[in-house]
Amino acid sequence: MTMLSADALLEVRGLKTWFPIRSGVLRRVRGQVRAVDGVDLTIYPGETLALVGESGCGKTTVGRSLLRLVEPTGGNIWFGGVNLSRLSLKAFKPYRQQIQIVMQDPGAALDPRLTVRDAIAEGMEAFGLGSPGAQRTERVADLMRRVSLDPELMWRYPHEFSGGQRQRISIARALAVEPALLICDEATSALDVSIQAQILNLLSELKAERRLTYLFITHDLGVVRYFADRVAVMYLGRIVELGRTERVFAAPRHPYTQALLASIPSLDPDRRGVKPMALGDVPSPIAPPSGCHFHPRCRVRLPSCSSYDPPVVPLPDGLSRCVLAERCADAKPEPERSATAAASALPPQPKAEPTRMEPSP
Amino acid sequence: MSAPLLSVENLVLTFPAENRRIAVVDKLSLTIARGETLALIGESGCGKSLTALAIMRLLPKPGRIEASSRIEFDGRNLLELSVPEMRTIRGGAIGMIFQEPMTSLNPVTSVGDQVLEAVWLHEKISRAAARARVVELLHMVGIPDPRARFSAYPHQLSGGLKQRVMIAMAMAMRPRLLIADEPTTALDATIRAQILALLRQLSSSTGTAVLLITHDFGVVNEIADRVAVMYAGMIVEEGTRRELLSHPRHPYAQGLLKSIPRPEARGNRLVEIKGVVPRPGRWPTGCRFAPRCPSAFDRCRAELPHRTTVSASQGAWCHLVEYEVHA
Repeated sequence: MTMLSADALLEVRGLKTWFPIRSGVLRRVRGQVRAVDGVDLTIYPGETLALVGESGCGKTTVGRSLLRLVEPTGGNIWFGGVNLSRLSLKAFKPYRQQIQIVMQDPGAALDPRLTVRDAIAEGMEAFGLGSPGAQRTERVADLMRRVSLDPELMWRYPHEFSGGQRQRISIARALAVEPALLICDEATSALDVSIQAQILNLLSELKAERRLTYLFITHDLGVVRYFADRVAVMYLGRIVELGRTERVFAAPRHPYTQALLASIPSLDPDRRGVKPMALGDVPSPIAPPSGCHFHPRCRVRLPSCSSYDPPVVPLPDGLSRCVLAERCADAKPEPERSATAAASALPPQPKAEPTRMEPSP
Repeated sequence: MSAPLLSVENLVLTFPAENRRIAVVDKLSLTIARGETLALIGESGCGKSLTALAIMRLLPKPGRIEASSRIEFDGRNLLELSVPEMRTIRGGAIGMIFQEPMTSLNPVTSVGDQVLEAVWLHEKISRAAARARVVELLHMVGIPDPRARFSAYPHQLSGGLKQRVMIAMAMAMRPRLLIADEPTTALDATIRAQILALLRQLSSSTGTAVLLITHDFGVVNEIADRVAVMYAGMIVEEGTRRELLSHPRHPYAQGLLKSIPRPEARGNRLVEIKGVVPRPGRWPTGCRFAPRCPSAFDRCRAELPHRTTVSASQGAWCHLVEYEVHA
């Protein structure tokens, strides 16, 4: 039985979301895309947990599974002590008020036929918040002011707004039902950098004001480092490293995290030269590699990595799913490194000694 | 000093709207020396991609390159060339790679044959020799097992490998100039690092000049020698990579760099640039950045600034910089 922490807002254990691949006339199931394959996550009230990874790693599917926008294949999702995955969709509906999502493309997320007023009020109507008419309109005006939009514009349609303004509308729409958890799925990725700064500042303010909790799904490590309290790194459907943001960036404990960090281009003209540390390409989640999913791309793999699933190595602030992390974890904690040294943090070189190591079966 | 490889002067691009023509790029000038990498950086809608397309004379209709414009490449005015002559330039001296390798490759031809076509456009050699050259090119851009990949179709390759094939096609013609429009934007972080390292290595080993179109200062720092920052159809600042990243002078360039979330900024508000980019046709009189500029004064709202020389390589189109430099 899994241990649940009493103070968690959301707890995910063993989440699996697989998509069947069908082919032929009879639409027989020929395989499974293991988009999410055994994910454990705990989100505490008021924190920002970032879920990072490259395209196809399953990070978006995690967010959608939490809202049951896609139906998980297995696992449990506890929210405030209730196991959401056991509820019927009807019984689940009230929880959609508690968990809201802001997506990458605000153009596609907003109904082009609804005015901004109706788009923002739609959730309030669905959950019966406030009395219809003037009261809701007044609340829409408040929300628009809160996200720095002119309430005079509430009778306009989404296409009349810029990308950044539409993202503000999406955020106001999510806030309208007073959620406890806001899932931001690449919410700033489609925006220009100066507009992204506006939205990140807005999200920071809302967090401080309302003690809003964020699950921040993104591929942008610069944003994560600036914005998140903790980071979970996903690779091919699994979480391979989890920890406090400062620690993960200063002393990553998984070779994949190290490769990701080394690939961030610096803005310092004296520090040029990203290091392509992951070999080759991301394999398909239909047929993930045996053993450690990362081993074909890993520069420090051991012979055993291709056959044994890596152990989940607990760290003081999280975990790493790597045989080598186990060795690191046994050793003394690393001395604090300066923040700027993180990008150049190299993995332990595969000299002679690690190759002898055999995992405990 | 030798003549630049590419020199764009007074480039004006217009599109029709109602009953007039609206400028989307306005009196833009830039030069690229042989072997140099120039990054043209700006936010969406600033006109950077249209500038690249205009240089190739691929500006989509009903866009028009206005008569005042001059695009000189290796001593020839590209705007005076016939269509077949221009096609020879495109298939030879100037190569191009785009953001979306998926949409730029032919889905029904093997990638080897596509690169082979490019090789044959450039040199008349036997099929066997061309095949060998394709394998060599695929190897050069870091495609593992190039002999086996020769017969692969684009859908069988990942995004990173497709971008490598695009680069191999462009390099097949041994171009003197490579125009790369957001070459790494659609790629994942670990793959982007591989492609950036490849572009850097190719341009230094082959001496190919690169015009890099991007919105990402990180990418600029990785591969550019010089940088030009665009805003609302104009270049507002130009300089070396070091000058732009360490000492930008134009308030827009400064604001862009400051709005990037950096680790040092953790816990603090990011610097925002207020408001939104004005659309073509709605550009303000005076400096186009003035309505959003924290340091704008009366003259900025009345008069379009000229280039102020900051150093031998750096210049900014800004009244404030003019006062600062001449003070």
